Amino acid sequence: MDIGLPTEDQWQVAGRRFASRLIVGTGKYKDLATTAAAIEASGAEMVTVAVRRVNLSDRGAPMLQDFVSPERYTYLPNTAGCFTADDAVRTLRLAREAGGWNLVKLEVLGPAPTLYPDMAATIEAAAALIKDGFEVMVYCSDDPIAAKRLEEMGCVAIMPLGAPIGSGLGVQNPLMIQMIIEQAKVPVLVDAGVGTAYDATFAMELGCDAVLVNSAIAMADDPVLMARAMKAGVEAGRLAFRAGRIPRRGHASASSPMTGMIK
Amino acid sequence: MSSVLSPLSVTVNGEPMGFAPGMTVAGLIADLGLDTRKVAVERNREIVPRSTYPEVRLEAGDQFEIVHFIGGG
Repeated sequence: MDIGLPTEDQWQVAGRRFASRLIVGTGKYKDLATTAAAIEASGAEMVTVAVRRVNLSDRGAPMLQDFVSPERYTYLPNTAGCFTADDAVRTLRLAREAGGWNLVKLEVLGPAPTLYPDMAATIEAAAALIKDGFEVMVYCSDDPIAAKRLEEMGCVAIMPLGAPIGSGLGVQNPLMIQMIIEQAKVPVLVDAGVGTAYDATFAMELGCDAVLVNSAIAMADDPVLMARAMKAGVEAGRLAFRAGRIPRRGHASASSPMTGMIK
Repeated sequence: MSSVLSPLSVTVNGEPMGFAPGMTVAGLIADLGLDTRKVAVERNREIVPRSTYPEVRLEAGDQFEIVHFIGGG
Protein backbone atom coordinates (compact mmCIF):
# COMPACT_ATOMS: atom_id res chain seq x y z
CA MET A 1 0.00 0.00 0.00
CA ASP A 2 1.23 3.43 -0.86
CA ILE A 3 0.53 5.83 1.98
CA GLY A 4 0.15 9.48 1.08
CA LEU A 5 -0.19 8.81 -2.63
CA PRO A 6 2.26 11.02 -4.48
CA THR A 7 -0.47 12.07 -6.92
CA GLU A 8 -2.00 14.19 -4.20
CA ASP A 9 1.32 15.82 -3.41
CA GLN A 10 2.88 16.72 -6.73
CA TRP A 11 5.46 19.42 -7.19
CA GLN A 12 6.08 21.49 -10.24
CA VAL A 13 8.90 23.27 -11.93
CA ALA A 14 8.56 25.57 -14.93
CA GLY A 15 4.95 24.46 -15.39
CA ARG A 16 5.75 20.73 -15.48
CA ARG A 17 4.20 18.54 -12.78
CA PHE A 18 5.93 15.59 -11.15
CA ALA A 19 4.79 13.00 -8.64
CA SER A 20 8.29 11.70 -7.88
CA ARG A 21 10.49 13.95 -5.77
CA LEU A 22 13.62 12.03 -6.67
CA ILE A 23 15.62 13.13 -9.70
CA VAL A 24 18.40 10.78 -10.66
CA GLY A 25 21.59 11.23 -12.61
CA THR A 26 22.52 8.79 -15.37
CA GLY A 27 26.31 8.91 -14.95
CA LYS A 28 28.84 6.48 -13.45
CA TYR A 29 26.85 3.27 -14.05
CA LYS A 30 28.76 0.20 -15.18
CA ASP A 31 26.50 -0.13 -18.24
CA LEU A 32 23.34 1.26 -19.79
CA ALA A 33 21.21 -1.75 -18.81
CA THR A 34 21.98 -1.11 -15.13
CA THR A 35 21.29 2.59 -15.63
CA ALA A 36 17.85 1.76 -17.01
CA ALA A 37 17.04 -0.76 -14.27
CA ALA A 38 18.10 1.59 -11.47
CA ILE A 39 16.12 4.51 -12.89
CA GLU A 40 13.06 2.30 -13.18
CA ALA A 41 13.47 1.21 -9.54
CA SER A 42 13.93 4.81 -8.37
CA GLY A 43 10.53 5.86 -9.68
CA ALA A 44 12.14 9.06 -11.00
CA GLU A 45 10.40 10.97 -13.76
CA MET A 46 13.26 13.36 -14.47
CA VAL A 47 16.86 12.34 -15.20
CA THR A 48 19.97 14.40 -15.70
CA VAL A 49 22.10 13.78 -18.78
CA ALA A 50 25.41 15.12 -20.07
CA VAL A 51 26.27 16.44 -23.53
CA ARG A 52 29.39 15.06 -25.17
CA ARG A 53 30.99 14.51 -28.58
CA VAL A 54 29.75 11.41 -30.39
CA ASN A 55 32.48 8.81 -30.54
CA LEU A 56 33.39 8.65 -34.22
CA SER A 57 35.62 5.62 -33.76
CA ASP A 58 32.82 3.52 -32.24
CA ARG A 59 29.73 4.60 -34.14
CA GLY A 60 27.67 1.53 -33.33
CA ALA A 61 28.01 2.09 -29.55
CA PRO A 62 24.68 1.88 -27.69
CA MET A 63 23.10 5.24 -26.93
CA LEU A 64 21.49 6.44 -23.73
CA GLN A 65 18.17 7.18 -25.48
CA ASP A 66 17.85 3.53 -26.46
CA PHE A 67 17.82 2.53 -22.78
CA VAL A 68 16.32 5.59 -21.07
CA SER A 69 13.56 6.88 -23.30
CA PRO A 70 13.23 10.67 -23.58
CA GLU A 71 9.53 10.07 -24.18
CA ARG A 72 9.15 8.44 -20.79
CA TYR A 73 11.58 10.52 -18.74
CA THR A 74 12.12 14.27 -18.76
CA TYR A 75 15.75 14.73 -19.76
CA LEU A 76 17.48 17.47 -17.83
CA PRO A 77 20.68 18.27 -19.74
CA ASN A 78 23.52 19.42 -17.51
CA THR A 79 26.72 21.36 -17.96
CA ALA A 80 28.95 18.94 -16.10
CA GLY A 81 32.59 19.49 -16.94
CA CYS A 82 32.07 23.17 -17.73
CA PHE A 83 34.37 25.48 -15.82
CA THR A 84 33.40 28.73 -17.54
CA ALA A 85 30.10 30.48 -18.23
CA ASP A 86 30.82 30.41 -21.99
CA ASP A 87 31.28 26.63 -22.03
CA ALA A 88 28.09 26.13 -20.06
CA VAL A 89 26.00 28.29 -22.38
CA ARG A 90 27.49 26.66 -25.49
CA THR A 91 26.83 23.18 -24.10
CA LEU A 92 23.19 23.90 -23.29
CA ARG A 93 22.54 25.48 -26.67
CA LEU A 94 23.69 22.19 -28.19
CA ALA A 95 21.53 20.27 -25.72
CA ARG A 96 18.50 22.32 -26.72
CA GLU A 97 19.15 21.55 -30.37
CA ALA A 98 19.62 17.83 -29.63
CA GLY A 99 16.60 17.54 -27.39
CA GLY A 100 14.37 20.39 -28.35
CA TRP A 101 13.56 21.54 -24.84
CA ASN A 102 14.47 24.52 -22.68
CA LEU A 103 14.57 23.03 -19.18
CA VAL A 104 18.21 22.59 -18.18
CA LYS A 105 20.50 22.12 -15.21
CA LEU A 106 23.22 24.73 -14.99
CA GLU A 107 26.37 23.96 -13.05
CA VAL A 108 29.64 25.83 -13.33
CA LEU A 109 32.24 24.35 -11.06
CA GLY A 110 35.52 25.33 -9.55
CA PRO A 111 38.50 22.98 -9.81
CA ALA A 112 39.06 19.73 -7.91
CA PRO A 113 39.26 18.78 -5.11
CA THR A 114 36.22 20.86 -4.12
CA LEU A 115 34.31 21.08 -7.43
CA TYR A 116 32.43 23.72 -5.48
CA PRO A 117 29.98 25.85 -7.49
CA ASP A 118 31.69 28.91 -8.99
CA MET A 119 28.93 31.38 -8.18
CA ALA A 120 30.28 34.33 -10.15
CA ALA A 121 30.47 32.22 -13.32
CA THR A 122 27.13 30.53 -12.49
CA ILE A 123 25.36 33.89 -12.24
CA GLU A 124 26.97 35.05 -15.51
CA ALA A 125 25.88 31.86 -17.31
CA ALA A 126 22.38 31.98 -15.79
CA ALA A 127 21.89 35.52 -17.09
CA ALA A 128 22.93 34.52 -20.63
CA LEU A 129 20.75 31.40 -20.61
CA ILE A 130 17.64 33.14 -19.27
CA LYS A 131 18.06 35.84 -21.90
CA ASP A 132 18.24 33.09 -24.52
CA GLY A 133 14.92 31.56 -23.39
CA PHE A 134 16.16 28.70 -21.21
CA GLU A 135 14.41 27.55 -18.04
CA VAL A 136 17.31 27.19 -15.66
CA MET A 137 17.48 24.85 -12.69
CA VAL A 138 20.68 25.99 -11.05
CA TYR A 139 23.22 24.10 -8.98
CA CYS A 140 24.62 26.47 -6.39
CA SER A 141 26.41 26.90 -3.11
CA ASP A 142 24.44 26.67 0.14
CA ASP A 143 24.44 30.45 0.31
CA PRO A 144 21.04 32.10 0.89
CA ILE A 145 22.15 35.39 -0.66
CA ALA A 146 23.37 33.78 -3.88
CA ALA A 147 20.26 31.57 -3.96
CA LYS A 148 17.97 34.58 -3.68
CA ARG A 149 19.86 36.38 -6.39
CA LEU A 150 19.51 33.41 -8.76
CA GLU A 151 15.79 33.23 -8.02
CA GLU A 152 15.33 36.95 -8.65
CA MET A 153 17.16 36.61 -11.96
CA GLY A 154 14.52 34.11 -13.06
CA CYS A 155 15.98 30.67 -12.36
CA VAL A 156 13.12 28.15 -12.10
CA ALA A 157 14.67 25.99 -9.35
CA ILE A 158 17.45 26.48 -6.82
CA MET A 159 19.67 23.46 -6.21
CA PRO A 160 22.16 23.94 -3.39
CA LEU A 161 24.69 21.24 -2.71
CA GLY A 162 24.29 19.10 0.40
CA ALA A 163 27.99 18.25 0.30
CA PRO A 164 30.68 18.11 -2.42
CA ILE A 165 29.73 16.17 -5.56
CA GLY A 166 30.19 12.44 -5.10
CA SER A 167 31.32 12.81 -1.48
CA GLY A 168 28.36 10.95 0.02
CA LEU A 169 28.57 13.05 3.19
CA GLY A 170 24.92 14.08 3.37
CA VAL A 171 23.62 17.56 4.15
CA GLN A 172 26.53 19.33 5.83
CA ASN A 173 24.86 22.68 6.39
CA PRO A 174 21.19 22.08 7.21
CA LEU A 175 20.70 25.54 8.68
CA MET A 176 21.58 27.28 5.43
CA ILE A 177 19.56 24.81 3.34
CA GLN A 178 16.60 25.54 5.59
CA MET A 179 17.07 29.29 5.23
CA ILE A 180 17.20 28.91 1.44
CA ILE A 181 13.97 26.89 1.52
CA GLU A 182 12.18 29.35 3.79
CA GLN A 183 12.89 32.35 1.57
CA ALA A 184 12.38 30.67 -1.82
CA LYS A 185 9.30 31.03 -4.00
CA VAL A 186 10.62 28.49 -6.54
CA PRO A 187 11.40 24.81 -5.84
CA VAL A 188 14.54 24.06 -3.82
CA LEU A 189 16.32 20.76 -4.43
CA VAL A 190 19.32 19.34 -2.63
CA ASP A 191 21.73 18.36 -5.37
CA ALA A 192 24.99 16.55 -4.62
CA GLY A 193 26.29 14.97 -1.47
CA VAL A 194 23.64 12.37 -0.73
CA GLY A 195 25.38 9.15 0.35
CA THR A 196 22.60 6.88 1.45
CA ALA A 197 18.83 6.80 1.91
CA TYR A 198 18.68 8.69 5.18
CA ASP A 199 20.58 11.63 3.67
CA ALA A 200 17.76 11.96 1.16
CA THR A 201 15.19 11.58 3.94
CA PHE A 202 16.91 14.27 5.96
CA ALA A 203 16.99 16.67 3.01
CA MET A 204 13.27 16.11 2.42
CA GLU A 205 12.49 16.59 6.12
CA LEU A 206 14.11 20.00 5.90
CA GLY A 207 11.40 20.87 3.39
CA CYS A 208 13.14 20.46 0.05
CA ASP A 209 10.84 20.01 -2.93
CA ALA A 210 12.99 17.21 -4.33
CA VAL A 211 16.43 15.62 -4.15
CA LEU A 212 18.88 14.87 -6.95
CA VAL A 213 21.00 11.73 -6.58
CA ASN A 214 23.53 10.12 -8.87
CA SER A 215 26.71 8.66 -7.32
CA ALA A 216 24.99 7.19 -4.27
CA ILE A 217 22.87 4.99 -6.52
CA ALA A 218 25.26 4.38 -9.42
CA MET A 219 28.24 3.50 -7.21
CA ALA A 220 26.37 1.38 -4.65
CA ASP A 221 27.18 -2.34 -4.63
CA ASP A 222 23.63 -2.95 -5.85
CA PRO A 223 22.44 0.17 -7.70
CA VAL A 224 18.90 -1.14 -8.28
CA LEU A 225 18.40 -1.90 -4.59
CA MET A 226 19.84 1.50 -3.61
CA ALA A 227 17.50 3.17 -6.10
CA ARG A 228 14.58 1.57 -4.28
CA ALA A 229 16.04 2.71 -0.95
CA MET A 230 16.35 6.29 -2.22
CA LYS A 231 12.76 6.24 -3.46
CA ALA A 232 11.57 5.07 -0.04
CA GLY A 233 13.88 7.56 1.71
CA VAL A 234 12.61 10.52 -0.27
CA GLU A 235 8.99 9.50 0.29
CA ALA A 236 9.57 9.00 4.03
CA GLY A 237 11.21 12.40 4.35
CA ARG A 238 8.43 14.12 2.44
CA LEU A 239 5.72 12.45 4.51
CA ALA A 240 7.52 13.32 7.75
CA PHE A 241 7.87 16.94 6.63
CA ARG A 242 4.17 17.14 5.82
CA ALA A 243 3.24 15.38 9.06
CA GLY A 244 5.16 17.90 11.17
CA ARG A 245 7.77 16.54 13.53
CA ILE A 246 7.58 16.94 17.32
CA PRO A 247 9.75 19.65 18.82
CA ARG A 248 13.14 18.62 20.14
CA ARG A 249 13.23 18.75 23.96
CA GLY A 250 16.06 18.74 26.40
CA HIS A 251 14.24 16.44 28.80
CA ALA A 252 12.19 13.21 28.81
CA SER A 253 8.43 13.14 28.36
CA ALA A 254 6.74 9.85 29.30
CA SER A 255 4.81 8.09 26.56
CA SER A 256 2.41 6.30 28.91
CA PRO A 257 -0.09 8.05 31.20
CA MET A 258 1.03 8.51 34.78
CA THR A 259 -2.56 8.31 36.11
CA GLY A 260 -4.38 5.10 37.10
CA MET A 261 -1.24 3.45 38.40
CA ILE A 262 -1.75 0.42 40.66
CA LYS A 263 -1.06 1.06 44.32
CA MET B 1 31.67 9.69 -49.26
CA SER B 2 35.31 10.63 -48.66
CA SER B 3 37.00 11.62 -51.91
CA VAL B 4 40.63 11.66 -52.89
CA LEU B 5 39.79 14.05 -55.72
CA SER B 6 39.84 17.67 -54.53
CA PRO B 7 38.73 16.72 -51.04
CA LEU B 8 37.06 19.24 -48.80
CA SER B 9 39.03 19.30 -45.56
CA VAL B 10 37.10 19.86 -42.38
CA THR B 11 37.46 18.91 -38.73
CA VAL B 12 34.80 16.83 -36.99
CA ASN B 13 35.11 16.45 -33.22
CA GLY B 14 38.77 17.30 -33.51
CA GLU B 15 39.48 14.76 -36.26
CA PRO B 16 40.53 15.94 -39.74
CA MET B 17 38.29 14.54 -42.47
CA GLY B 18 37.90 14.95 -46.21
CA PHE B 19 34.67 15.02 -48.17
CA ALA B 20 33.59 15.61 -51.74
CA PRO B 21 32.81 19.24 -52.63
CA GLY B 22 29.13 20.02 -52.25
CA MET B 23 28.75 17.81 -49.17
CA THR B 24 25.93 18.95 -46.88
CA VAL B 25 25.56 18.58 -43.12
CA ALA B 26 22.81 16.01 -43.75
CA GLY B 27 25.27 14.10 -45.92
CA LEU B 28 27.97 14.37 -43.27
CA ILE B 29 25.72 12.93 -40.58
CA ALA B 30 24.58 10.11 -42.84
CA ASP B 31 28.19 9.40 -43.86
CA LEU B 32 29.16 9.12 -40.19
CA GLY B 33 26.29 6.67 -39.62
CA LEU B 34 24.55 8.92 -37.08
CA ASP B 35 20.85 9.48 -36.42
CA THR B 36 19.95 13.15 -36.98
CA ARG B 37 17.27 12.92 -34.27
CA LYS B 38 19.85 12.06 -31.60
CA VAL B 39 22.61 14.56 -32.28
CA ALA B 40 23.22 18.29 -32.38
CA VAL B 41 25.71 19.99 -34.67
CA GLU B 42 27.82 23.07 -34.13
CA ARG B 43 29.76 24.54 -37.04
CA ASN B 44 32.49 27.04 -36.21
CA ARG B 45 30.83 27.52 -32.80
CA GLU B 46 27.39 28.27 -34.28
CA ILE B 47 24.48 25.83 -33.88
CA VAL B 48 23.30 24.37 -37.17
CA PRO B 49 19.50 24.02 -36.84
CA ARG B 50 18.36 20.49 -37.67
CA SER B 51 15.88 21.78 -40.26
CA THR B 52 18.76 23.25 -42.31
CA TYR B 53 20.96 20.11 -42.49
CA PRO B 54 19.99 19.34 -46.12
CA GLU B 55 20.90 22.86 -47.30
CA VAL B 56 24.04 23.72 -45.34
CA ARG B 57 27.13 22.87 -47.38
CA LEU B 58 30.51 22.14 -45.85
CA GLU B 59 33.27 24.66 -46.51
CA ALA B 60 36.99 24.06 -46.36
CA GLY B 61 38.33 24.56 -42.87
CA ASP B 62 34.97 24.18 -41.13
CA GLN B 63 35.17 22.93 -37.59
CA PHE B 64 32.26 20.75 -36.53
CA GLU B 65 31.24 19.52 -33.13
CA ILE B 66 28.68 16.74 -33.20
CA VAL B 67 27.30 15.87 -29.77
CA HIS B 68 24.71 13.64 -28.16
CA PHE B 69 23.39 12.84 -24.70
CA ILE B 70 25.29 10.46 -22.49
CA GLY B 71 24.99 9.45 -18.85
CA GLY B 72 25.71 12.28 -16.44
CA GLY B 73 24.76 13.60 -13.01
